Amino acid sequence: MDELIRLLSYFVGIAAFLGFNLAYLGWVERKGAGHIQRRNGPKEVGPYGLLQPLADGLKLMSKQLVVPAAADKPLFMCAPVLAMVPAVLLFVVIPFGDGLVPRQFNSGLLMMFAFASVAVLSILMAGWGSGNKYSLIAGTRAVSQNIAFEIPMLITAITIVMITGTLDLSEIVRYQDGGFWRWNIFRLDKSILMPASFLIFYICSMAETNRAPFDLGEAESELVAGYHTEYGGMGFGLFMMAEYANLVIGCSLTTILFLGGWQSPFGILPDGPHWFFLKMYFLVWCFVWMRWTFPRVTLWGLLNLSWKYLIPFSLVNLLLTALFIKVF
Amino acid sequence: MSSFAQNQLYETFELNIGPQHPATHGVLRFKVVMDGEYIVKAEPVLGYIHRMHEKMAEDRTWNKFWPNMSRLDYVSAMAYTHCYAGLVERANGIEVPERAEYIRVITVELNRIQSHLLWWGVLVMDLGGFTPILYAFDDREVILDLLESVTGSRLTYCYFRFGGVYNDIDDDFITGTRAFIKQLRERIPMYHKLVTGNAILIERLEGICPLSAEMCRKYGATGPVLRGSGVNFDVRKNEPYSAYPEFDFDIPVYHEGDSMARYMVRMDEMLQSLRIIEQALDKLPEGPVKADKVPKVLKPPAGDYYYAVEAARGTFSMRAVSDGSNTPYRIKLRSPTYSNLSLFEEATSGMLLADALAFMSSLDLVIPEMDR
Amino acid sequence: MPGYIKDIINSLKSLAIGLEITNREFLKKPITLQYPHEALKMTPRYRGHIELYKNPETGTHSCISCGMCASVCPSNCITINSRKVPGVKGKVLSSYILNFTTCSLCGQCVENCKTGSIGFSNEYNLAGTNKDDYIFDLLKRLHPEGIPEPVVDPELLKQEEEKLAAAAQKAAEKKAAAQKAAEQASTDASGEATAEEKS
Repeated sequence: MDELIRLLSYFVGIAAFLGFNLAYLGWVERKGAGHIQRRNGPKEVGPYGLLQPLADGLKLMSKQLVVPAAADKPLFMCAPVLAMVPAVLLFVVIPFGDGLVPRQFNSGLLMMFAFASVAVLSILMAGWGSGNKYSLIAGTRAVSQNIAFEIPMLITAITIVMITGTLDLSEIVRYQDGGFWRWNIFRLDKSILMPASFLIFYICSMAETNRAPFDLGEAESELVAGYHTEYGGMGFGLFMMAEYANLVIGCSLTTILFLGGWQSPFGILPDGPHWFFLKMYFLVWCFVWMRWTFPRVTLWGLLNLSWKYLIPFSLVNLLLTALFIKVF
Repeated sequence: MSSFAQNQLYETFELNIGPQHPATHGVLRFKVVMDGEYIVKAEPVLGYIHRMHEKMAEDRTWNKFWPNMSRLDYVSAMAYTHCYAGLVERANGIEVPERAEYIRVITVELNRIQSHLLWWGVLVMDLGGFTPILYAFDDREVILDLLESVTGSRLTYCYFRFGGVYNDIDDDFITGTRAFIKQLRERIPMYHKLVTGNAILIERLEGICPLSAEMCRKYGATGPVLRGSGVNFDVRKNEPYSAYPEFDFDIPVYHEGDSMARYMVRMDEMLQSLRIIEQALDKLPEGPVKADKVPKVLKPPAGDYYYAVEAARGTFSMRAVSDGSNTPYRIKLRSPTYSNLSLFEEATSGMLLADALAFMSSLDLVIPEMDR
Repeated sequence: MPGYIKDIINSLKSLAIGLEITNREFLKKPITLQYPHEALKMTPRYRGHIELYKNPETGTHSCISCGMCASVCPSNCITINSRKVPGVKGKVLSSYILNFTTCSLCGQCVENCKTGSIGFSNEYNLAGTNKDDYIFDLLKRLHPEGIPEPVVDPELLKQEEEKLAAAAQKAAEKKAAAQKAAEQASTDASGEATAEEKS
């Protein structure tokens, strides 16, 4: 009974958190983009445009769900749902605070990567099911991008696992207690390339979530809207929400693995979920910042980046970590 | 030609980069035969905005053709009206007072800077960076406001008249222009730091579609496309007209021929235009701004007349055939974009689609000018 | 190998510089003019649609209906209707129709006006729901309260009336003379005929 109440409250809490995030991350992005570009973002709907996401949601829900004649109907309808499901599911393993985990898995990291790989399927389904050549090109681009960037992500995660000795996300966070010099990003005694490995993981999570500068799948100015060209109304809405959910997951994972999760940076201040959210939202802001600063990479540049730069670096880091752990 | 495209066993599909597309800068259609991500053949289809300007010229008197000239290439309209003014003045033997020539040069160069700022913003936007276009438009607003205070219009100017300009410039314009020169000289290094030095952009522009000088000559490409391939040809220096011989400026020429070279040519051209404007403001003579004794009804003697100017996109020239009456018999407009685009098919076979679109942005096309 | 490392460091440095610039721009104030709440200040030379200027001395326009503006317009936007009022010198403008849907704001009409009675207005926010909203009658716009009657000059009126009367008289005399001549001719002819008959 207790367990049931606990699960229910987590369910409601995460649903609320997710709903709030998905709506208001869009607001943050638009306001941030506006101010970077020396203009206001949304302003008119509500004070400072705070009711804009509600207006957007209403608009998307009131639109007709058009299925193109040449589309493969089951694939077309399933793709947005399949995009959303893994993103929502992954919140089950994230430790928001000490003991604040919906479900304690001792292989939480593995589950994260397993579900994140499923998200690629939805892009391919959307690309093929739309019956549109543009979408197909975009879908195939996105698949090659996702596969290429999962590898350095996994290798870097293995490095962390080697240091902490466990796949359990809560344990990884507890390992980093005591102050910011004990966070994994600054642990140069475990590997001299630790900050580089943080950067690699961050870039890979940017590429995994199809965010600019890696948004070849949605390349707006070349292929109109990439794999979600043919979607209108809530189909498109689901894709957008899935993208923001993936964003939150990616940033949460980076925080947990490298920045110490819910640990406070100084011993004196109490640690708790507020630190987790602070660090996570800082990383989300950096995503938004980078999106509006950099142009898009080409397909070749993207694959080069992954195979020629990120993978060698992460492998070198792995070897160095192994060396340091053995020797020191 | 890539090894993929040569292999006939692979299926190719035809993609239509349609007339309505965020990246084609107007209504331009490409019928592209693609093999995966590689282009096998890209054929431009023109004519979606053909408005028959040359035919309209046969119906109207010389004076009535003024509005048409601005609407050809509305992004850099001053140079086009300059060409028409020069053409008819040459045909009728009208002398333009010196102050009017200087004012013409100042406004044309301001317009050129504005056109290059627009091109820069749109290029980076096509490549995926959505911020620099707004910075460029911020500077462009200053120019448009300056030109509006003098000519009354922001985009399609009817400011020149045969024998001079419509009305004089005032001191506010001069102080405003000097302030703008200072402002832009500080902003352009920022643009270079933000965009030109950016590793992602360098990877997208450097080495993309190198055009040799022979290919440019074969297709008649002019302007920054030609100067980015190493050929030092600019109408302002090779066939000087108006007040340009009195100013000291350089023509930027880069020899690599790739998209980065064309990009740098245009960025440097903006700085050179600032030099010209500064010198013109310093040396601005007093005097009338309109020639006196310009007949209301112009009847140039029968014959062929020609005038060429350096517009923002290349050499724009007009040829008028007059039969002695008050309407032209024929006016031919030679648009630089048409020649610049004609090398697209040969240059892009075997390229990636994204690279081809970046190449198209670096050519700086304005479709209404191409279709006339 | 050292080139590879230097490449990476330079790239990262360029990306960091870009981020720093956008950060700086982010912290500056937005430059947007909130249009409906704040108004744009137009320059005096801005070319809105043309207007008839009010002459301060006469209180109305100075148009003499010569039709120069209509004939030099490249798009034939201007239609001028005028009438002759007895006692007023020259023609009187009845209506000045501007079809703004085809106007290109070239300025030929303003430049060629002999009396300087038209010029550009400063209107930039024209919005309408119907194409007819843009067929302006500039005379009605100048006098929204009602077009005043033209000022009749009594001297001129008297002169014109005298002239008309004189012309009418002359016409009547001419007509009487012609009638008389016709009668004379017919009697001559009949006289000749009778003379011929007699002989």
